Amino acid sequence: MNTPTTATALIAEDEPLLATALRADLAALWPALKLLPTAADGQTALDTALALQPEVCFLDIRMPALSGLEVATALAEDWPDGGRPFPLLVFVTAYDQYALQAFDAQAVDYLVKPVQRDRLAGCVQRLQQRLAQRSPPAEALAQTLDQLRSLLGQAAAPAAPRLQVIQAQVGSLVHLVPVDQVLYFEAADKYVRVVTAEREHLIRASLRELLPQLDPAVFWQVHRGTVVQARNIVSARREESGKVTLTLAGHPEKLVASRLYAHLFKGM
Amino acid sequence: MNTRADNPSMAPSTSPKSLRLSMAIRAGINQIACVLIAVMLWLFGIDKGFWSGLVFSLLIGNFCWLFIDVGRAVVAGWLYRQHGGSTGWPGWPWMAPIVVIGTVFGYLLGHAAARAVLGLPAGVALVHTPVLMFSVLAAMVVSYIFYARERLHIQQLQAEAAERLASELQLKLLQSQLEPHMLFNTLANLRVLIGLDPAQAQAMLDHLIAFLRSTLAGTRVDRHALAQEFDALRDYLALMAVRMGARLQPSFDLPADLAQLGVPPLLLQPLVENAIKHGLEPKIEGGRIDISARRDAGRLQLRVRDTGIGLAADGTGTAGSKFGLELVRERLARLYGDSASLTLSAATDADGGTEALIQLPLTPA
Repeated sequence: MNTPTTATALIAEDEPLLATALRADLAALWPALKLLPTAADGQTALDTALALQPEVCFLDIRMPALSGLEVATALAEDWPDGGRPFPLLVFVTAYDQYALQAFDAQAVDYLVKPVQRDRLAGCVQRLQQRLAQRSPPAEALAQTLDQLRSLLGQAAAPAAPRLQVIQAQVGSLVHLVPVDQVLYFEAADKYVRVVTAEREHLIRASLRELLPQLDPAVFWQVHRGTVVQARNIVSARREESGKVTLTLAGHPEKLVASRLYAHLFKGM
Repeated sequence: MNTRADNPSMAPSTSPKSLRLSMAIRAGINQIACVLIAVMLWLFGIDKGFWSGLVFSLLIGNFCWLFIDVGRAVVAGWLYRQHGGSTGWPGWPWMAPIVVIGTVFGYLLGHAAARAVLGLPAGVALVHTPVLMFSVLAAMVVSYIFYARERLHIQQLQAEAAERLASELQLKLLQSQLEPHMLFNTLANLRVLIGLDPAQAQAMLDHLIAFLRSTLAGTRVDRHALAQEFDALRDYLALMAVRMGARLQPSFDLPADLAQLGVPPLLLQPLVENAIKHGLEPKIEGGRIDISARRDAGRLQLRVRDTGIGLAADGTGTAGSKFGLELVRERLARLYGDSASLTLSAATDADGGTEALIQLPLTPA
């Protein structure tokens, strides 16, 4: 039927038996597919995918370190320009909490565990078709971005009570920073940088925890690691890559809005 | 007084419709009582004519009812604002004076009204002591009938509420036991094992069967032996170990002299599940989960400790883990009241992670 399509694929799955089985099934259904070593956690998956740029990524949704959705988000934000086209994504999940089936499989496909052979065969067929008649990279990426945005919207934690004051501890001293004075929050390893016009603080928290406690109309997420208070943004410049550079009032540092959030900045 | 009704969640819900109905029933009882009194007064010869006696009885009785019921409602409302919890019945220390004062006023007003209706000259023989005493006695009796009815009604509502709570907890327990993510991942692994290693697949299936059996059995009884509780956890962790491989290292410590103590079935399961889901699964290298039982100062201590990523590091899990913790707390409260507790804290030694501690009274299975 199809001429064998050669491609490289990455499987990200933390449960060893399931990873082995998916490898075996894929090898049988798509012998020409070259499989990279399995990534057993989200961070390894992200690093491997960025380094080796496979054509297809099978991402388990629930994984240590980064979830499949977070890996996809990070890939969309950090995928190098001018490199290979953005990979085709297939989410693998035991229980579809994200109503993945609502999506057009052309951009983001999904498999439900236990993965059945004929369902996998259909998925492989779609992947091969898409690789053969690959749409222009920009268009494919735009489509993927749309679906990722929608998925992120569904996965967002429900709003928590609004935070009024940030308490940043330095030694035995606790600084109180009113939230409305914060220019932006930036994720930094296990900490979050809290930047105000005068100074900055480090708090031991994650953006993931912080985000539901901020008013989304006031604080905009512009990158997976950056949340900025919108009224401090003076201008937004669109770059060739699809990223947007933000200039802040009264602050020299410029921020970058990723492709995933660039749609927030459009002329009225 | 009515201490049982002080718990607001147990308070009967009084919809306007049921309020109107109970009002109508009370009015009916009141009229019947008035007629009975009139008949008795007539039979004992205290009243000369039956019909005029009936007019007196009905008017006095209804005015008494008016004063007593309004007094009761006012005091009950005031008590509700002070202490919360509402039964509509303020208790006898309040009701006795209300009944006496209400009856005196009701008697005076009813008497005057009856004389006016019958065209008798007003103001003659205002207080006829035996009749007044009789009226107070009758009012006490009728009030007691109302009270008894009300109390029965409240007890029924409380029994229904308790039953509802029990079946709600049962449903929640089932829901947490048969969490779809766990179930389908387990089946996915089983499906792979069947092809790869049939013997191990069989062992895994046996654990799954035992786990499902203890889940179903657990929703039917209020208590089982601690040994059974540990067996169920062993099955659950054996299933998880197939999935997580070396990333999950379970250990169990159940002293033999505690094995036959009784605990609510599958009490620890949500805590073990939380330890895995929010502690060990998110941690790349995985870790230990230690489940132990101990006797301490005449109480039973059950501990689930993991060496996972810890409480603070888990931002997403809070909503999900709360469900499990709430479930454990609700079940403890239902079965032991204030004498059992669950605390969740960061493990204090170098291995880090989270520790969940349940303390409960020592009870036989």
